[in-house]
Amino acid sequence: MPTYRPGPVSLIIAAFVALFLLMPLLAVIPVSLTPSRMLAMPSGELSLRHYRALIEDPRWLQSILLSIRIGVVSSAFSTVLALCFSLGVWMFQPRFTAALVGFVLLPMVVPPVVSAITLYFLLTSISGFSAFFGYDTWLGVAMAHSVMTVPFATVLMLVSLSQLDRRIDLAARGLGATVWERATRIIMPNIKFGIVTAALLSFVLSWEEIGVTLFITSVNAITLPRLMWMGLRDNIDPAIAALSVILIIITVLVLAVRSFVARQRGA
Amino acid sequence: MRSYLSDRMGAALLMAPLLLFLVLAYAWPFLGVVKWSFTLPTPGLGQYEALLTDDLVQSVFIRTLRIAAVVTVVSVAAAYAITVVWVRGTPAQRLIAEFCILVPFWISVLTRAFGWVALLSNRGLINTWLQAIGFISEPLALVRNEFGVIVGMTHFLIPFAVFPLASAMRSLDDRVLLAARGLGSSRMRTFWTVFVPMTRSGIIGAAMIVFVFSLGFFVTPAILGGGRSVMIAELIYLRIFQSPDWGLGAAISVVLVLFVGALMALLFRYVRPKQLI
Repeated sequence: MPTYRPGPVSLIIAAFVALFLLMPLLAVIPVSLTPSRMLAMPSGELSLRHYRALIEDPRWLQSILLSIRIGVVSSAFSTVLALCFSLGVWMFQPRFTAALVGFVLLPMVVPPVVSAITLYFLLTSISGFSAFFGYDTWLGVAMAHSVMTVPFATVLMLVSLSQLDRRIDLAARGLGATVWERATRIIMPNIKFGIVTAALLSFVLSWEEIGVTLFITSVNAITLPRLMWMGLRDNIDPAIAALSVILIIITVLVLAVRSFVARQRGA
Repeated sequence: MRSYLSDRMGAALLMAPLLLFLVLAYAWPFLGVVKWSFTLPTPGLGQYEALLTDDLVQSVFIRTLRIAAVVTVVSVAAAYAITVVWVRGTPAQRLIAEFCILVPFWISVLTRAFGWVALLSNRGLINTWLQAIGFISEPLALVRNEFGVIVGMTHFLIPFAVFPLASAMRSLDDRVLLAARGLGSSRMRTFWTVFVPMTRSGIIGAAMIVFVFSLGFFVTPAILGGGRSVMIAELIYLRIFQSPDWGLGAAISVVLVLFVGALMALLFRYVRPKQLI
């Protein structure tokens, strides 16, 4: 428990920062209720027409389903790859570990726009051979998202492995367990929280990925962020405000549940 | 000996799929992009020469550095203020601060940029209110310019600056602060001469993260800049998709990677990676 508390000046400045952080999230609520067809503040009368548009316009539903499909596939793929890699690092501590981990983390530290042009190069090259796996295909997007999310999944796995007691693995090894048994019956049950977190984070990152997706899709693989982007660039569509409100509410609920669960575990 | 060999085999088998995947899907195509920068439209160093001579490219580079510098200073200062409360406040204050940091952090960059459009545009919240109370007669130009870009990027990057700062503030020994107070130093003086200097590694780490992120930023400047204050990342996008000039887009990317790489190397001379989480 810190005994040294922030004073009134710190509290006032922090309150301004907090307000700044929440402001744009609160601003979308009135816009989403405007009866106007364009971005505007509601004057007097409120309307739910933009929420109705989300349900009635099939493009929104299609892009949501596509984003879920891409998220699930890319998250499963990057979680499995990251799990195997991290198990290899932890169990065998091979030489050049630092360099190999550094290489795996590259897509996380390289500026996203450079990763985007790199993946654009990759997918347009693949398109020459295959029509359903390359530029502007959902499998291509899923693969590109895996490249972008796998470093985050790896970091989470390595962090949860670093908290694991090596002696339980040594004991299993001493008692004659094979590598497969050690991995699946000793180590994985102990890091299952880390594995689930890595899968969830990979899904969320893919679900909201836009920087790379913009470069590798045009008309077929329209994910939800891609559709939002189109609505934001031209005439701003207030349906985006309605969608934003829903996404913000989901985020707040998930965070509230998570903090409640963390509290229960701690107590 | 047998176990040594099987260990190496096991490690290789487990680590190979991810390494292979990233070599094929990331390292190889990056080399392809590097090749573009030397071969398109004609082989040679023409694109790199263009980088040094083209006025548009130069002005975009300078604008990017300027915006990144302003965003870094503002977001690290703002993050510092809220991190102090998040780490050292009363339990209720800490909960509120955590909520204000984590909710924006988890919300997508598009939603957040859209929120700023809703606040700052001509028919947005701020202009509507200011006009309603008669403070201004014409809407202020708050978006589709550098101001809007800086506001949006600062908002996006504050949570990223919070984490290294929080880690530095948590590891700080309370007794030093109590000693300073006990020896008669005022609150202000203790803060500026003891607290801030002791969190220096966090400040350096936060500033580096924010600066590096700002250099490659794409979505927020593209939406809030409205095509008028183009930054490097958007320039690359425009070179690839609007005025097909892949060679120049690739050359800018290569320069950006080298620049960011040099900054990261500099960062890790001063801060250990563990201090950034």
